[in-house]
Amino acid sequence: MLKIDMLTKRFGDKTAVDAANIFVSEPTMIGIIGRSGAGKSTLLRMLNRLSDATTGTITFQGESITTLKGAAKRDWQSRCAMIFQQFNLVPRMDVVSNVLHGTLNKRSTFATMFNLYPQADIHKAIEILDRLGIAEQAPKRAEALSGGQQQRVAIARALMQDPKIILADEPIASLDPMNAQVVMQSLRSIHEEDGRMVIANLHTLDTARRYCDRVIGMRDGRIVFDGTPAQLTTGVARDIYGAGADFSEAATSTEIETLDRPEVRKAEAYV
Amino acid sequence: MADVSLSGASLGVDSIQSSYLAQVQRRRLYGGLTLLIFIVLMVSGFTIADDRNAGGFWNGLHQVGDYPTDVLSEAWEQRADLPGLVVKYFPALVETVNIAAVSTLIGAIGGLFLSLLGTRGLAKWPRLILLFRRLSDIMRAVPEIVVALVLIFVLGGGPVPAMIAIAIHTAGSLGKMFSEVSENADLKPLEGLESTGATWFKRMLIGILPQVAPNYVSYTLLRFEINIRASAILGFVGAGGLGYELRNAMAWGPGRFDEAAAIFILLFGTIVFFDQVSSRYRNRLTEGQAQ
Repeated sequence: MLKIDMLTKRFGDKTAVDAANIFVSEPTMIGIIGRSGAGKSTLLRMLNRLSDATTGTITFQGESITTLKGAAKRDWQSRCAMIFQQFNLVPRMDVVSNVLHGTLNKRSTFATMFNLYPQADIHKAIEILDRLGIAEQAPKRAEALSGGQQQRVAIARALMQDPKIILADEPIASLDPMNAQVVMQSLRSIHEEDGRMVIANLHTLDTARRYCDRVIGMRDGRIVFDGTPAQLTTGVARDIYGAGADFSEAATSTEIETLDRPEVRKAEAYV
Repeated sequence: MADVSLSGASLGVDSIQSSYLAQVQRRRLYGGLTLLIFIVLMVSGFTIADDRNAGGFWNGLHQVGDYPTDVLSEAWEQRADLPGLVVKYFPALVETVNIAAVSTLIGAIGGLFLSLLGTRGLAKWPRLILLFRRLSDIMRAVPEIVVALVLIFVLGGGPVPAMIAIAIHTAGSLGKMFSEVSENADLKPLEGLESTGATWFKRMLIGILPQVAPNYVSYTLLRFEINIRASAILGFVGAGGLGYELRNAMAWGPGRFDEAAAIFILLFGTIVFFDQVSSRYRNRLTEGQAQ
């Protein structure tokens, strides 16, 4: 279904992503973990074609993605939605308009200028918002919402695109634990109910373990681990993060429940 | 899509949808009305202007090219004279650029004080902020050509009245632009300097100027470009420089169009030159700040 072959991105003499190979045969929920600067964001940005690959190819259902240009490239972007760490909504516009931005690829410039969205799309946008539990916020400005609500608006915008793939670049890194859980749960159920592929960059191990079917570990631009959460042992995780023996998964956790586990208090005593 | 809900709190999706749609409809109505009023005003304004116009817009339209054609064809016939004329009028160009440079410098200094005295948090006399703001409003509200005409009447023709007129306008507009920059300046260094017992002027010099200097210089360069054009125009009302020569060349009509062409070339070349130089420096200043 999705095949990434020897994908490489260089910035000057620095290699951000180094010959990445990933093959996905069916819609899966994939978590990418690694230190900051490991190339996770660059990989996702290349998938969405926000930035171009230096060498290598991306193939989706037999279609070469890396060579797309102009309208074909924008069409791909509409099929491959992206969610950002800082939500990247238009702060001064209302929530429904922000969700309707998901249809921009299909709208003419004239219709966009005069805000002429079809009634069916408006209904659909509010239904998606309702599915994510924030329909009451529909007429408010995006900037008036809390971080967790804004991220759900961003997910709604992604769903409005009706994409095959949803890319999430650190979707919960600026959220508190409660909101992080709601957002991850939403992504998981979108994957399960709609059968969409979800690829998420995550900065905490336990989130990847808990919500993903498959985990990819990156270090210094290279893919150093690719397997199921069960295969992700503490030793492997130390390798991915390049950490010493004092590294503990729980110490990086944002889950509330970890506070009740005794090993966490021990781990935090190390920190 | 709405059948599976994550929250279960589908508290009347229908009512939310209908109320939002009503809101959209209202917004579209207002938007359409605004557009309609805009079009009506444009069309009616145009017809009124056309009626009042002595010559008539449509009758005159096909003659628009006549004058430039005359100038260009005559200049082309006498193109051999052009280099000599360019050299002849070069001193006038220097005078024009001089007027612009001096007035930009004086205006920038004036604008600096107007902005510092008219910005909340920086002003030396907070109660007088309004006064300084209105002062800079007035200085930029009066067109420089009006000030120049008055001053020429009082002081007689020449570059000095033009310089004063442009400097006044520059101080007013730079004061406004500068104060928008300094409103965003960080005030913590000021508090630190105040705690050491520094005077207001010292605090501004050390605490504010380094923060705002790149933007100030960038705005000043932009103003310099504008002032070159302004000082050329003021020549038309007798303030000397290139504009004065251009008016003479144009007023004397056919026979001296080669001179007019030479002056146009000089003026155009200068403006393009300074535009390019200053936009390069402005880019470097703003980008350098980002790094």
